[in-house]
Amino acid sequence: MASAAKGASHGRVVLVTGVSRDLGRRSARALATDPTVARVIGVDVVPPRGDVGDVSFVRADIRNPVIAKVIAKENVDTVVHMSVISTPGSAGGRGTMKELNVIGTMQLLAACQKAPSVQHLIVKSTTTMYGASNRDPAMFTEDMEPRRQPRSGYAKDVAEIEGYVRGFARRRPDVRVTTLRCANVIGPHVVSPMTSYFRLPVIPTVLGFDARLQFLHEQDLMDVLIHAVRNDLPGTFNVAGDGVVMLSQALRRLKRPTVPMPGFAVGGLGNVLRQARLADFSPEQLSFLTYGRGVDTTRMRDQLGFEPAFSSEAAFADFAAGLTPTGGRIERALTVALDRLPSVEESVALSSVGGGERRG
Amino acid sequence: MSAVGDAEIIPIGTRGRPGRGQHTGKPSSASRSLASGPRKATPRRVPQPEREPEPAPEIEAGEPVGAVAEEPAVGPDQVSEGAGAATYVEERLPQGGIPAGEWLAAFQQSARELFGDQWEPQLARFLAFLRRRVTGDYVVDEYGFDQEITEKFFMTALRPIAQKWFRIEVRGIENIPAEGGALVVSNHSGTVPVDGLMTMVSIHDHTGRFLRPLGADLVFKMPVVSTMARKGGTTLACSEDAERMLRGGELVGVWPEGFKGIGKPYSERYKLQRFGRGGFVSAALRTQVPIIPLSVVGAEEIYPLVANLPSLARVLGLPYIPITPLFPWLGPLGLVPLPSKWLLEFGEPIRTDEFDAVSAEDPMLVFNVTDEVRETIQSTLYSLLMQRQSVFR
Repeated sequence: MASAAKGASHGRVVLVTGVSRDLGRRSARALATDPTVARVIGVDVVPPRGDVGDVSFVRADIRNPVIAKVIAKENVDTVVHMSVISTPGSAGGRGTMKELNVIGTMQLLAACQKAPSVQHLIVKSTTTMYGASNRDPAMFTEDMEPRRQPRSGYAKDVAEIEGYVRGFARRRPDVRVTTLRCANVIGPHVVSPMTSYFRLPVIPTVLGFDARLQFLHEQDLMDVLIHAVRNDLPGTFNVAGDGVVMLSQALRRLKRPTVPMPGFAVGGLGNVLRQARLADFSPEQLSFLTYGRGVDTTRMRDQLGFEPAFSSEAAFADFAAGLTPTGGRIERALTVALDRLPSVEESVALSSVGGGERRG
Repeated sequence: MSAVGDAEIIPIGTRGRPGRGQHTGKPSSASRSLASGPRKATPRRVPQPEREPEPAPEIEAGEPVGAVAEEPAVGPDQVSEGAGAATYVEERLPQGGIPAGEWLAAFQQSARELFGDQWEPQLARFLAFLRRRVTGDYVVDEYGFDQEITEKFFMTALRPIAQKWFRIEVRGIENIPAEGGALVVSNHSGTVPVDGLMTMVSIHDHTGRFLRPLGADLVFKMPVVSTMARKGGTTLACSEDAERMLRGGELVGVWPEGFKGIGKPYSERYKLQRFGRGGFVSAALRTQVPIIPLSVVGAEEIYPLVANLPSLARVLGLPYIPITPLFPWLGPLGLVPLPSKWLLEFGEPIRTDEFDAVSAEDPMLVFNVTDEVRETIQSTLYSLLMQRQSVFR
């Protein structure tokens, strides 16, 4: 304990919530390697499954005032709130999920408000809060509101959490509050509704719609968290990889067969898949897969000064590399046919020669 | 696949129906108790004769390769083509088919017909394009605009309609700047937004630039239409998207009349409707881009809207359900547009850079500029109508 107190004098003490889940645990580990950080305390209800490295794990429930004692005792100056759960399945039901998300955030913020040591709060939010509908602008900036207020589920939780965070920022103006609205995090190790959807052997899509998707690579998520902890940058920022990938394009790159079906049928199938624990198909995910969403990342570049290493395309390619294709027959047939024909570069030269001859 | 003989089995008796063959009324309880089991179990009890026709198509559809392995002398072409005909007569022996050499010759002949003498590289290029599409190896911009498919597919499909069917004549194309943002404002008519598509093709063919249309939210609610709209470069008609596109230096097209213009009855043809709330003018003022008025003559006559079904439209959530002299009476044939003669005239650009960006907040100025654009288009419409000899010439 003495060493911890000594560490706090010349480095930062970071508290990370939600370390039992993979992304939280790995982000905490990554933060612990940062030289400006003296100590990282990971907090969750259940212990993390993997290796936590230099992170000291404290078993505490953020829905409980005990969290205030942890913050006070460890003299925490930076709180990274990552315990926002997107799926009811992992939490054990929608009721628990909502309680963990909303009540947990309220308690955590209440504890932060009472703790004079806290100087910096970083909340990992999500672009899901913008919703997805046919009336959306192509690119959401941070100042825009969702076109339809979410009435249930994850999107509503996130909207409420951000509301509480704004309230906290008003009451504690001395604390720098950074809200990172991250696009769908993707990568070989990520388990999320989106990645389990892409891992289905045959992928249902909404007939007649093609969603625009943006991805954030898991490595970039950790980098942006470290960046936000290290630098003094309050504000709300959209965080996403460059560019846009269409859903149809992504599925073609995965080389997995798709089944287009009407929206209501995809919703019904989603319920079946959820019960079978194959994928989590929430209504907001269905609307996301129908209309898609794009967020503007100008502010991330200019004010946050963060540049993701992976574009949306590259992040998805990295994810797709780890999956075995279950389709791709047409592509193989085309490749075989193309091998028998002269290559295209050669053929361009030929056609230009031919054109010249004809003219002459 | 089955080991049992080639002879076709003709079932004798009642084909598993219970009873003695009167086929009237219900069978007796005794016969039902006898028959209920076998009815479901028919394939199990007499498996070989009943299943006999089934396995044969399975072979040809599912695994042509397997068939080839059994019969090495046969090429893959023949199996897929020949086996289908020979299913019942002679099992998996397509010996009477066309020899492989003739198939190849026919294929080469048709390829030459389709692609000309340079058919090999042409076909290679086409297949490479197909492979790019199949593997998703292309880029879209942030609005979902897919330049490759727009250029190679949409435009190619629409060009003959523009040139041969509507015989579009374009005037004042020099008013479109070669680069930088500009806002093309057009009248809207024709029951179905064909005028937007034709404007896109005409601008691309004459200037090489892509017109990026702004579409109503209904466009993005409809399946298939929404996908095609996004791929073709459309985005939602809202100030955020319009300003973003104009700042990005795109050539943006807007039809401020909206559904009021496109769904107006034929009797009100060439009468401009209200130009929305002038949101397009504010967007142009904020981004300081020129407004190019466009007058389209000809689109009004393609589907003359003589009646409307407002109550049905309300139920379906559509702005209107059109009744034209041909639709829905002729069914799909009624969807063929009348071949009216089209004239497109781009007017002098209306400059907005002499106003400062704050003036976008001045409603009086916005209304004035809106009226100016509207008057320009209306007067050009009248003069173009005078020049046209008739609807079709």
